[in-house]
Amino acid sequence: MSASQDLKKMTAAETASAVRGGAVSALEIARASLAEIDRINPHINAFTDVTAERALCDASAVDKALADGADLPLAGVPFAVKNLFDIDGLVTRAGSKINLDNSPARDDATLVRKLTDAGGVLMGGLHMGEFAYDFTGENAHDGNCLNPHDTGRMSGGSSSGCGSATAAGLVPVSLGSDTNGSIRVPASFCGLYGLKPTYGRLSRHGTFPFVGSLDHLGPLARSPEDLALVFDVLQGDDPADPAQADCAALQTLGDLDKGVAGLRVAVAGGYFRDRAEPEVLAAVDKVAAALEASAEIDIPEAARARAAAYVITTTEGSNFHLGRIRTRPQDYDPETRDRFLSGAMVPGVWVQQAQRFRSWFRSMMHGIFEHVDIILAPATPFPALPSGTKNVTLGGETLPARPNIGIFTQPISFIGLPVVSVPVWLDGAALPVGVQVIAPAWRENFALRVAHQLASDGITAAPVADPLATSS
Amino acid sequence: MNETFDAEAHVALMEKTMGLKIEEEWRPSVVANMSATANAADLLMSFPLDDDVEAAPVFLP
Repeated sequence: MSASQDLKKMTAAETASAVRGGAVSALEIARASLAEIDRINPHINAFTDVTAERALCDASAVDKALADGADLPLAGVPFAVKNLFDIDGLVTRAGSKINLDNSPARDDATLVRKLTDAGGVLMGGLHMGEFAYDFTGENAHDGNCLNPHDTGRMSGGSSSGCGSATAAGLVPVSLGSDTNGSIRVPASFCGLYGLKPTYGRLSRHGTFPFVGSLDHLGPLARSPEDLALVFDVLQGDDPADPAQADCAALQTLGDLDKGVAGLRVAVAGGYFRDRAEPEVLAAVDKVAAALEASAEIDIPEAARARAAAYVITTTEGSNFHLGRIRTRPQDYDPETRDRFLSGAMVPGVWVQQAQRFRSWFRSMMHGIFEHVDIILAPATPFPALPSGTKNVTLGGETLPARPNIGIFTQPISFIGLPVVSVPVWLDGAALPVGVQVIAPAWRENFALRVAHQLASDGITAAPVADPLATSS
Repeated sequence: MNETFDAEAHVALMEKTMGLKIEEEWRPSVVANMSATANAADLLMSFPLDDDVEAAPVFLP
């Protein structure tokens, strides 16, 4: 095994510690990451752009800054971003063919700049479902992004490259976006920890939007510690994002060792159990048992919450794309084109009802969180599906696969609650599956503490996948 | 399931109203998506919301 393959098993925290302590240079780390991207990426199609020259330049700058006494919490940590984030000098693809006609970005997205300023080293842009309207990782323009645990299966989407590249160890951490589940679905399928923060928490400036009412950004990583490390760096006011909420920053990293102590944990029943496969329920139950959570709660009207998210998504997304879908429908991925076309035809009163229902659902959930601090629910109804799957059977009913992958994530992001998706490997299982650890608004620290305890106790794990050894 | 909503007719009307161009081979998929949205909306419109339940837009004048 080469040095590159050894280094790629390090978490972001371990990498930063090694670089800060002088055991290895940021430049060595960057070269190792580039070597692994060269070796592995052709088998999983996770990167659409590799910023090799910038990576080597930034890594050298990190080494010099450390020599000059700088304190960099992410010193030398390689990262990559879903290709809807602006990267200075690159066209922001957003998974599309149409955006390739745009001029290159002239600056980094706010969150890319924050990670770079903290010593992170950007390795490139990552594959995604077109315009983020996707749960599969399949893309008509760029090809399918594959699951490194089994390259015959979906990575999940729409932050598909985040899931695939991070699980394959090409980078220890990546940034994705989540409108209806697009961080939590690839985290579930690829066996990662994924943090979807509270709506309005992190700046979205410099990213290509999908649905302003529901868009979130956040990290995926192979440990909860890495999520906390990166989340603490990503927070902070950004006047350039008018939708960012006025909220005090949390320092979550130092809080992790508090674990689940003092937190009331319950399991979501009803809607969140009726259409999950048995192994998914077993994963939820394994996490619940480890946390000694015996209470099951009903979340009323979860199906309507999902329906409302569906209506808002298709309408806002289509409003944003109206000019393009009128003039260039043939240049869209057929899977998104037909949804953007129909979304341009939605009566306004339906959308306003969905927005008013959102207020009702938020108020109802506030009541639930007076009695619990954490709610557990499946992230996806099943582990990663075989590539190309069109239909699934859930609760005895045959349904189209694509929109139903997100049935458990959509009601939660609908009202912007923070969630950490944690990866569970059942005994003998060939694939991981995710469990959502859901916290009250602005309490990302609760979910991260629980995730950290689960990882420390060996209940969840995110091993590096070797896609050259695994295919169905 | 919304039994009164005619997705095919709605798509044909709105295609003209909104200035969209739907190739015939795309039409069944567009209609299916419109039906799915109508079913979701049906679930929402059948839910009684009190008059004092307002949307929560982010707008700071």
